[in-house]
Amino acid sequence: MYHFIKLVTLFLFYSIASPAQDIETILEKARIKINQVNDYQASGKMKTNVAFLKVPVANITVYFKKPNKLKLKSEKGVSFIPKGAVSINMNSLLESDRFTIIDAGTEKINNVMMRVAKLLPLDDNSDVVLSTVYIDPSNFVICKAKTTTRENGTYELVMTYGKYIAYGLPDRIVFSFNTRDYKLPKGVTFDFDDGSEKKKPEDLKNKKGKAEIDFNSYIINKGVQDNIF
Amino acid sequence: MWSLLQIEMFKISRRPRTYIAFAAISAIVLIFQFAFKADGSSYMNLMLQSVQDSFELDRIKAINGYFMCYIILNTLLVQVPILVALIAGDAISGEANMGTLRLLLTKPVSRTQLLLVKFMASFIFTVALLLWMAVMALFLSMAIFGVDDMLIFRVSGEESQILQIGADDVLWRYFAAFGYAAIALTVIAALALLLSIYAENSIGPIIATVCIVIICTIVSNIGVPIIDKNVKPWLFTSYLVGWKGFFYIGTNADGQPIPGSLENWPAIRKSLFILIAHIVILLGISIAVFRKKDILS
Repeated sequence: MYHFIKLVTLFLFYSIASPAQDIETILEKARIKINQVNDYQASGKMKTNVAFLKVPVANITVYFKKPNKLKLKSEKGVSFIPKGAVSINMNSLLESDRFTIIDAGTEKINNVMMRVAKLLPLDDNSDVVLSTVYIDPSNFVICKAKTTTRENGTYELVMTYGKYIAYGLPDRIVFSFNTRDYKLPKGVTFDFDDGSEKKKPEDLKNKKGKAEIDFNSYIINKGVQDNIF
Repeated sequence: MWSLLQIEMFKISRRPRTYIAFAAISAIVLIFQFAFKADGSSYMNLMLQSVQDSFELDRIKAINGYFMCYIILNTLLVQVPILVALIAGDAISGEANMGTLRLLLTKPVSRTQLLLVKFMASFIFTVALLLWMAVMALFLSMAIFGVDDMLIFRVSGEESQILQIGADDVLWRYFAAFGYAAIALTVIAALALLLSIYAENSIGPIIATVCIVIICTIVSNIGVPIIDKNVKPWLFTSYLVGWKGFFYIGTNADGQPIPGSLENWPAIRKSLFILIAHIVILLGISIAVFRKKDILS
């Protein structure tokens, strides 16, 4: 009986003494992981899925340099780069001194229990109103982020990790964003009416734009020229 | 017949008005090229006004030789029918005006042969005009602005679209489009030739041709459902811009363009058939009328 009470007491003691990691610690560990990267150059393919844009898959290169320089460039040809795509840089989201962090519990994504944090910017004039990040607590990487801005609607990022998880760099990013309805000025284009059935405008409204970036390789901490940005 | 054609081509080449068309095309193309070189971004901003908040685009790359040629053709192919009418409208009426028609018909050639030669001469002039347009609008623009992927701004039904065609998938589309334009403009030449048979001077058929083209173009684009359904399909002007069909690239389920594809080839083929039918009908009427034409009064 004595041993049993001792065992229960010890269990309770350790349960209280080592609670689940708090959200700030998890965010800090994710930040430390990302902070290993001073700069990178990543090549990949970007598939843009927007109702009015009929564009091919683009070969792109992403350049990043600390603290916040990020540039997406098309290797060849003309490319439509979503303006909010700069938010794929997670560094700015993890600067704890710029946000109030609120623990928003847990949520399961792809069978992994994520820790959810809501980040409220301290700066009243910040364009970002609210960010919600979903962190994998075992690998300390952000798997999903939703950012609501004043001017440009809501962005959503879903990241999948692979070879570069040690640096907190994703292999695949799916970036969703709000698009405005595209309207050409009337009488400018003089189009050929081929008599085919046309889509009704209702089918085209309220569609979110999506850009899927698959990275082939990263060159990490080898230096990136400033003139690229 | 070959000698007759050579004589007709010689006559066309000796007329100063023939070169007005080439000079006009050169002037328009050069003005466009200068304007876009100086401030092409303004045009791009106009076309992208509702999306430039959401997307970044390298405007310098986008304003390239292929894009320029499309913009120029978009404008020019509305005016080129007038230039074609200048020559074809003069084919018979010019001879009548100068009093050489009777003399010409005393030669041992049939009236049908003579009319066919006049038509072929107009067709060769139309093709020459298009080749000049290709040199000025396409090849000169490629030299000035370089080549890259081509953007097409389009309204399909009530939906506005931006299509992107890869740089290595564009040139064949231009060759096909110029071929289509040659057939479309030959309809104008056939119409002007028919009207030319009825007149004793060149001004009448030229102006009449231009008026018919303008009126039919307005009717084709008026956008009234009853006209769109019952009248538009029968007007040749509805198919004059069919060359653009070669730039409407086919897309897959995800909206990505498929290189080498056309969105609606059957519609282009149908348009070509209708235009060729117009040429045959107009030429047939011309032959029938010309064979019975009283040239003595």
